[in-house]
Amino acid sequence: MNAGEITTPKLGVQAATKIYHTASGDLLALDRCSLDVRANEIVSIVGPSGCGKTTLLWSMSGLHGLTSGEIRLDGIKITGPHPDIGIVFQEANLLPWRNLDANIRFPFEIKGEKPDRAWIAHLLNRVGLDGFGGKFPRELSGGMQQRAAIVRALALKPSVLLMDEPFGALDSFTREEMNRLVEEIWLDTKTTIVFITHSIEEAIFLSDRVVVLSARPGKVAKEYRVPFPRPRSLEITATKEVFDLTNRIKMDIVGERTRPKAPERPSAEIVRIRP
Amino acid sequence: MSDAIPEFSKSKSGDGQDVSLTNLSAFASGPGIKSGKEVAAILAVAVIIIGGIELALRLFHVPLYIMPPPSSIAYALFDEFPLIAPHLGYTLVELVSGFAIGAAVGLVLAAVITQFPFAEKIVAPYILLLVTTPMLALVPLLILRFGFGYTPRIIAVALAAGPMVMINAATGFRRVDSAKIALARSYGASTLQIFWKIRAPMALPMILVGLMIGAIFGLLTAVGAEMVGGGFGLGNRLTTYSSMIQMPQFFAVVLILSMLGILIYVLFFLIGKKWASWEA
Repeated sequence: MNAGEITTPKLGVQAATKIYHTASGDLLALDRCSLDVRANEIVSIVGPSGCGKTTLLWSMSGLHGLTSGEIRLDGIKITGPHPDIGIVFQEANLLPWRNLDANIRFPFEIKGEKPDRAWIAHLLNRVGLDGFGGKFPRELSGGMQQRAAIVRALALKPSVLLMDEPFGALDSFTREEMNRLVEEIWLDTKTTIVFITHSIEEAIFLSDRVVVLSARPGKVAKEYRVPFPRPRSLEITATKEVFDLTNRIKMDIVGERTRPKAPERPSAEIVRIRP
Repeated sequence: MSDAIPEFSKSKSGDGQDVSLTNLSAFASGPGIKSGKEVAAILAVAVIIIGGIELALRLFHVPLYIMPPPSSIAYALFDEFPLIAPHLGYTLVELVSGFAIGAAVGLVLAAVITQFPFAEKIVAPYILLLVTTPMLALVPLLILRFGFGYTPRIIAVALAAGPMVMINAATGFRRVDSAKIALARSYGASTLQIFWKIRAPMALPMILVGLMIGAIFGLLTAVGAEMVGGGFGLGNRLTTYSSMIQMPQFFAVVLILSMLGILIYVLFFLIGKKWASWEA
């Protein structure tokens, strides 16, 4: 993180507001939500369910428009899906009728470009999927499917990677493995990453910054800097700093929901009980 | 007595079907060839059932015009085949051309109509009407209008197969997975690309089901139409042989028809195995 970077953020969200018109009336999902993501940064977005995290991410990807406000990529307003933005969806979202190779070729087919074989081979090797190209998604575990989805998202060399609760469906061991993989890939490519998750630990482990959204309508409630150097080891999740930070974020989120029942116990006491 | 014939003929063609199907799936269910024992058991059961029928019919001196024994049916099939073969050809022509027309129209309509949910709602009752009406009922009318040639039969087959293909294909096209469409869109896919790369492959298993049902309904309708009028086709052979009380020949034709049905089933089964096996 260089201090003296250019002022233009990689991805700038300015007063993003989104209203869904539903049968039961209008729903304000995002309310003047503003957020800057700098180049080469990993930012996680956490918040109570239904707070508009996914809405925010889909707006950033250009997959749906905003009611008002704007998203800028390198200072230029985006109006639709952008080739420089890759997305990893909830659950792997692979096409079940294509084998891994064909799934990873899919973005190139849509764009009418020749697949960059060397780069794909490098990525497959990076995520440990060498030799699985002929397998169909149903033949792979959830973790392997999500690895393939990450390769697919990175295949077009986007400069921004948006990840929408990518590991929510995985067991906690696989999830930790995937978190390390994301960090490795980041160290390798320095792709700017916006990561949505329900897991505060995951958010802290991965991110340079954790952004907490308030309950609906979503707006940025808090922001925490995570100062640990990279590569991080999983041990940091057992340190007191991370534990306190986790609790603070949890309070931000839970406190939103059950404001009257604020916990009285000091967090230090809980710390003693846990290990 | 009138019960006896359909009952026998059903069990006859029925077990023929069962045996070949199990046989087929035994072969098809993987490279690990099911043991010779299994195949032997399947064949043994077939031999016992067919042999048993043969024996029973001969023991109880069942007259030939009620139920011919399997051996005489097999002989008739062999002996009369040169005479039956052209009629098999006529029936196939009607089936293939009628099915091709009906399936093509059905597929296109399904693909178009599912893009417009409102139009679909308007059209749905008429489609349902087409699916549920036995198109055989229209054959006399079609014959009045088009004569005794191929035309009324091909129209009837197309009318029977088309709606079946359409209704199943439409079910397939309606299976929208918004995440997969979002995926394609995130790479800037056009509506046409989304159709060919996402919607069509997703609908394929249901389309194949529709094609299979359509083809079998087409066969039914072709034979039915031939029985109503006109001097050629397997259906016409059925009416001719039964009117002449040539029961072994009659059952030989029935056997050919059940083989045709099985062939249709196996064909689509294999296509499905090859192209739609991703769906369990």
